[in-house]
Amino acid sequence: MALLDIRNLSVEFTTRAGTFRAVDGIDLTVDEGEVVGIVGESGSGKSVTSLAVMGLIPEPGRVVADRLSFAGRDLRSISGSERRRIVGKDIAMVFQEPMTSLNPCFTVGFQIMEALKVHEGLTGRALRDRTVELLDQVGIPAPESRLRAFPHQLSGGMNQRVMIAMAIACNPRLLIADEPTTALDVTIQKQILDLLARLQRERGMALILITHDMGVVAETARRVAVMYAGQVVETRPAADLFERPRHPYTAALLDALPERAVGRRRLPTIPGVVPGIADRPGGCLFNPRCRFTATRCCGLRPELEPDDTGATRCFFPLPAHREVTP
Amino acid sequence: MSMDVRAIPGGPADASRPPRPLVEFWYHFRRNKGAVAGLAVILIIATVAVLAPWIAPHDPLVQNRAAILQPPVWHDGGSWSYVLGTDDIGRDILSRVIHGARLSMLVGLIVVTLSLAVGLTLGMVSGFFGGVVDVAIMRLIDIMLAMPSLLLAVVVAAILGPGLFNAMLSVAIVVVPHYARLIRAAVLAEVSKDYVIASRVAGAGPLRLMLVTILPNCMAPLIVQATLGFSTAILDAAALGFLGLGAQPPTPEWGTMLASSLQFLQRAPWVVTWPGVAILVTVLAFNLLGDGLRDALDPKLKR
Amino acid sequence: MPPPPRCGAAAIRLPFPIPYPPMLRFLLTRAGLVVPTFLGITVLAFFLIRLVPGDPIEVRVGERGIAPERLAELRHAMGLDQPLWKQYADYLGNVLTGDFGVSLVTRNAVIDEFLSLFPATIELAAAAILFAVVVGLPAGVLAAVRRGSVVDHTVMGLSLTGYSMPIFWWGLLLILLFSVNLGWTPVSGRLDLLYYVEPETGFMLIDTLLAGDTDAFRSALRHLVLPAVVLGTIPLAVIARMTRSAMLEVLGEDYIRTARAKGLREKRVIGLHALRNALIPVVTVIGLQAGTLLGGAILTETIFSWPGIGKWLVESINRRDYPALQGGILLIATTVIAVNLLVDLLYGVLNPRIRHAR
Ligand SMILES: Nc1ncnc2c1ncn2[C@@H]1O[C@H](COP(=O)(O)OP(=O)(O)OP(=O)(O)O)[C@@H](O)[C@H]1O
Ligand SMILES: [Mg+2]
Repeated sequence: MALLDIRNLSVEFTTRAGTFRAVDGIDLTVDEGEVVGIVGESGSGKSVTSLAVMGLIPEPGRVVADRLSFAGRDLRSISGSERRRIVGKDIAMVFQEPMTSLNPCFTVGFQIMEALKVHEGLTGRALRDRTVELLDQVGIPAPESRLRAFPHQLSGGMNQRVMIAMAIACNPRLLIADEPTTALDVTIQKQILDLLARLQRERGMALILITHDMGVVAETARRVAVMYAGQVVETRPAADLFERPRHPYTAALLDALPERAVGRRRLPTIPGVVPGIADRPGGCLFNPRCRFTATRCCGLRPELEPDDTGATRCFFPLPAHREVTP
Repeated sequence: MSMDVRAIPGGPADASRPPRPLVEFWYHFRRNKGAVAGLAVILIIATVAVLAPWIAPHDPLVQNRAAILQPPVWHDGGSWSYVLGTDDIGRDILSRVIHGARLSMLVGLIVVTLSLAVGLTLGMVSGFFGGVVDVAIMRLIDIMLAMPSLLLAVVVAAILGPGLFNAMLSVAIVVVPHYARLIRAAVLAEVSKDYVIASRVAGAGPLRLMLVTILPNCMAPLIVQATLGFSTAILDAAALGFLGLGAQPPTPEWGTMLASSLQFLQRAPWVVTWPGVAILVTVLAFNLLGDGLRDALDPKLKR
Repeated sequence: MPPPPRCGAAAIRLPFPIPYPPMLRFLLTRAGLVVPTFLGITVLAFFLIRLVPGDPIEVRVGERGIAPERLAELRHAMGLDQPLWKQYADYLGNVLTGDFGVSLVTRNAVIDEFLSLFPATIELAAAAILFAVVVGLPAGVLAAVRRGSVVDHTVMGLSLTGYSMPIFWWGLLLILLFSVNLGWTPVSGRLDLLYYVEPETGFMLIDTLLAGDTDAFRSALRHLVLPAVVLGTIPLAVIARMTRSAMLEVLGEDYIRTARAKGLREKRVIGLHALRNALIPVVTVIGLQAGTLLGGAILTETIFSWPGIGKWLVESINRRDYPALQGGILLIATTVIAVNLLVDLLYGVLNPRIRHAR
């Protein structure tokens, strides 16, 4: 049985302009110890999906799903106190912005210890030692002295390490890393990703790695889901996806990778942006930006159709052998 | 999260039409029920103030020895002739409260005009010229702000001598720093913007720059502050009246009325009730309006 | 609606760099600003009194009149024939050595009168701010947490009403209800005439406890409640509104989401993680209420015959006791400045970004 099992999850926000589906019927399963990548541009609903799993969708937001279960527990019907026993312990999350995700008024030591106190009941010496050990594990130099540091005294990379230490403090079975490196310098990005990959291997925990960088996913994830405008448009094992993307959006994302663009003078980009609240098109959500749009794409919305290695949400999936793009 | 205002159906600014600031302002203002209520109350009070001599049932100064401390109409012994009762020398409280509205509105108007004029000048000069002038003015303002405003008003009124006009003057002096500081900040924010530089290059003189170019662009916070200034002025002038430093009896000023009715607190509470209600309602109305204006005018807080 | 934020402080640069600790630097910068303000206040106090029509001596002798040669003599004795700047310098010198002049009415040193009455005002103001914080802070938090609900609208409506309240009338209403109609609280003063306690500290609550007289303590408390509520009303409104808006801002921050993601109870998320951050601006606003409290004390003490600085000032005005008035405003302004400095210190302590610069 899958560790995390999501069927037909939707998240709606009611605004003054009407109801907005930030996440629209996505399916996702994550097995114990598995690394799953979720990729997609800004605004495609990656964060909202992970917040829905954590039960952290802010107030007027509405979460509906046919199934939303973690280790056999139904997260939809769970009580508040039961959820608090799972969230922060068995499922933990690392957020996008390390500088604002830590409370500026408390020391990093306090903030890590808090999680340990609540979930593991550690106190005193043991608590302190465990915290130092965690800081050491995430590669923070001189961990003893950093306990008393405030977030503003540390760099973004250091803060993200603290966030990771906090997340893995209670040995989670599933770690959701929501674009853990987007806000960081390129050199630091690599270190943080390596750290996450190492921790995942050592602890055998499942990892959902969210990013809009295809390259990052290629290196770490075993399976990839590509999201666009709140929907999963393609999902398959990483190797197959990179070899033979079937959805034009995936193909375009791959084309935008610098290492795939050797020899070209310009990096190909996808024109336009992810449709927001007011400009969702009829038919396939990707049709305004797709190179292969046909009449059918503008009238009907395609379903996620399974194929030999995964599934694609496209009427005209690309052939199994990639043509060379002009 | 970030939702465009233009997306609201029937919203103020359809992309097809040019923006109309007044329409947009009204659109936002109208949604704030408190502010609309405040505006309505203010309009009523203003009307009452203007029409006071015609709508007041009695002369506010005429004493009726036959009806001393008569209770309001709904109490035993009340009569329709004196709806809110009479005071200790037989004057009609309703008429005095109505005429008091006149004075309070006048106080608000004069105080706001005076302090706005002085504050505007100081703030403009300070923000526009900077340097020593700025430092001097800002220091002066800091000093005035270090004094509790009511204390300063009391002291100034004590020095000028009691009287309604002196009370207005002292309240006006006390609030000047707030305006000056506000204007200075607004001017500083505007002065480096392109349109100011452009008109400076085009040869506009400092006075023209200040009044024609910059001033209209810092109107919004000024309007808000002026509205809130009404409530401060009315409240402080009433407090001075209550302390015997404002309008003198028998003037039907609300604070003064309260002061002269203190000894009847037990015997005739209505003498104390109504002037206070009048002050509270008026001040509350201006504060509601000011808050609503701020929300409707300040684009940052618009949502 | 809350008082406009003070500015200017951040712009001041010291002519020499002060190394660590940053907290000290922060404090010195703030303290440095106090000196010119204090000097300015002495100038203001000095010249304000000059604005009183008539010569100080003529004011003093009043209607009785005085012989011209005696006038000249007195003028010389008081230094009034000196140039103005010299007079000011003398005045400043006196003030700095603690000489605030002599009351025309009682012939006591102004500073002595002030100090003997000050504890009463402090006691009242402290009780008022305690009331304002104890009620206003939770109310503001509740309004923010239940944003848009009936609770929120009620809290906001009540606080705007409180902010618009003419407190002299509010005091009368409360007296009417609680003293006259219900007879729960006394109408005026600090203590029933039945009791006498030796004024050790000047704070009635403390003195009665020191004397071990619990009945007197209870009486002092009953006397204090109503004036404190009246004086605390406007600060309460300001604190509630400020707390609400600070909490609303903080509740939208990423670190609140992080706290929830840790599986913390909502109570802890709001009461610890959010409130701790919201407190920083709220404390500043509480500090700014010092002026409101001392100004309001003039009205409150007059209504409740509370023997403090406010009532004393009003009496000095009515008795045309200008030296007392001059000394009084200077001392009150100094108090306000001192409190603001204290609040700056507290702000620094509360805000780790100032306490521990990188
Ligand atoms: N609380 C909310 N209320 C209304 N709309 C929201 C809310 N949270 C997110 N959205 C909308 O949901 C959509 C998806 O947002 P989400 O944050 O999941 O994108 P993302 O894929 O994580 O993008 P990024 O790469 O920028 O993090 C966006 O259009 C966003 O505006
Ligand atoms: Mg995101």
